[in-house]
Amino acid sequence: MFNKMISPRSSLLAMAAVVMLLPVTGFAAGAGAVLQPANNDLSNLPSLQRGARNFVNYCMGCHSAKYVRYNRLGADLSISDDQMINNLMFAAEKTTETMTVAMPADDAARWFGQAPPDLSLVARSLGTDHIYTFLRTFYVEEGSPTGANNLVLANASMPNVLWSLQGEQRLVVETDAEGHKNSRLELVSPGSLSPEEFDQFVRDIVNFLDYVGEPMQLERQRLGGWVIAFLLVFGVFAYLLKEEIWTDIEK
Amino acid sequence: MSSARSEAASGASRSSGLLDWIDARFPLSKMLKEHATEYYAAKNFNVWYVFGVLAMVVLIIQLLTGIFLTMSYKPSAEDAFASVEYIMRDVEWGWLIRYIHSTGASAFFIVVYLHMFRGMMYGSYKAPRELLWIIGMLIYLALMAEAFMGYLLPWGQMSYWGAQVIVSLFGAVPAVGDALVEWIRGDYFISDITLNRFFALHVIAVPLALVMLVVMHILALHETGSLGPDGIEIKQNKGPDGIPLDGVAFHPYLTSKDLVAIVVFLILFSAVVFFAPEMGGYFLEHANFEPANRLKTPEHIAPVWYFTPFYAILRAVPSKGLGALLMGLAIVALFLLPWLDRCKVKSIRYRGWIFKVALMLFAISFLALGYLGLQPATEPVFVYAARIFTALYFAFFLFMPVYTRLEKTKPVPERVVYHG
Repeated sequence: MFNKMISPRSSLLAMAAVVMLLPVTGFAAGAGAVLQPANNDLSNLPSLQRGARNFVNYCMGCHSAKYVRYNRLGADLSISDDQMINNLMFAAEKTTETMTVAMPADDAARWFGQAPPDLSLVARSLGTDHIYTFLRTFYVEEGSPTGANNLVLANASMPNVLWSLQGEQRLVVETDAEGHKNSRLELVSPGSLSPEEFDQFVRDIVNFLDYVGEPMQLERQRLGGWVIAFLLVFGVFAYLLKEEIWTDIEK
Repeated sequence: MSSARSEAASGASRSSGLLDWIDARFPLSKMLKEHATEYYAAKNFNVWYVFGVLAMVVLIIQLLTGIFLTMSYKPSAEDAFASVEYIMRDVEWGWLIRYIHSTGASAFFIVVYLHMFRGMMYGSYKAPRELLWIIGMLIYLALMAEAFMGYLLPWGQMSYWGAQVIVSLFGAVPAVGDALVEWIRGDYFISDITLNRFFALHVIAVPLALVMLVVMHILALHETGSLGPDGIEIKQNKGPDGIPLDGVAFHPYLTSKDLVAIVVFLILFSAVVFFAPEMGGYFLEHANFEPANRLKTPEHIAPVWYFTPFYAILRAVPSKGLGALLMGLAIVALFLLPWLDRCKVKSIRYRGWIFKVALMLFAISFLALGYLGLQPATEPVFVYAARIFTALYFAFFLFMPVYTRLEKTKPVPERVVYHG
């Protein structure tokens, strides 16, 4: 659960800058399944808007995003107050409220074994690939309390809430010639979305959670370009000043 | 034209009048002379000599951003995590201030480690600079305390469990260990009480000590003089005007040089702040984005990278008590450096191959331990590697009085030498 994943967004520039100073290492994946890259794009506004819709309709029955304010969401994702109130704010009255859920945590803990966690920062603590793979690797398992199991999080207490969209998957375990066991998921009955549409549906949710985890991501990168550009120009003058002052010092 | 000039002249005389007024009451000009315009340092300072001033820059960055974070942060177990997210989302420019502060913590250690290594290379700790070195080591200790307590404040999972692990180390103290741990926490476990006192220490006590130690460090430096990469005292070669022949005044020569270094540093610093504030999980650990949960122990507890060399030493020893002792000794050994090193020559430029090899092995051990401290301790190969590098780390100090006496040194020049 607590394995670390290097964010693909980490800037190469910054990495290169500090790579000489640090003993950089790779991280072993602690999860059961190989994580698939989410490849979400924060600059894709329609994807973020669809992600907000999907999140509110499919996740927010149980999960909150309690650090996220509706009006901030509206401003960042170009959603008007009217659209917000009519389509996204099922549990809130004012746009200044945060994305909380009505389900009491104590009851939720009784129903599911543990209270569904707040998802404001899940993209930062677990990583986008983790969520993307998790949401796509539910499979039918008779006898489990939720009727399903998951490749990323074994015996997850979360039911497969997206099954009607994805369809039903089953776990197929095959033994190859060398005796290695390979498991894969097979779609046994189609859902209302095609596999490609479903992947995009999940990617939109992941994209939204990525945004929600750090709403100022794009803003900070944009600003960073200007700050570094200024420092580069300033650095030229600082260097020229130093050269000028040092001219009378003989080596 | 002439009236403008006389106006300017009267303005100048008015300001020098003000300066005279101040100087009669406070040694302003005297201090500026002593510590800036007439403080001389070797003119051939190389790039290793920028990390002292960079540490000062980071200290100021941390003090300023810290003040603004304190305005919105709430030091209670109930609110701490949420208040950090409030800073990140709702406070104007809060995210920038917080990222500068969190990146500054790591940057502080990077520049301080390089600054210390510079001192080891060029013999900056040798007589008469023993106190300068010891004050510097005290700064390093204060810095570790500051970073450790600051890391608890966001109240994430790694804040909580990292503090849990490190505070419990004090339990290794014979007889009073358990009572000591309880006294530090103020509770039977890391709790709201612990968070509150760590906050007090992080924002008042330790910064105050840090600033005072830094002032002492600079006073001690200016008393003994800056050594330079040749390890020779420039005060021994003075011109007829009493100015060291190989010296340049701190201002404007070194200040203009330092300004370039500061800009280069700020570019790298901004690259992290704006493009990789988590630094791939090294500066902000991923698990710390989950609120502290006393009932849920993480699978893998790793301190932040700057503590991992010592953490690796701790884990290399099977007994917790002995491990904690070795960890303490790893830092104590650095304090003793001025007396362990028996070589008369200061700078690595003129020292024998034995010291060069020893220092290289020490640096490799420190980096390797840092790497190993980040890895899970379940792999036996990592544990054995940590033992080997721990042995190397201590061998550097333990045998120093012997091998530094066997060194064949080169003659030290009278005057400074430029390389490249």
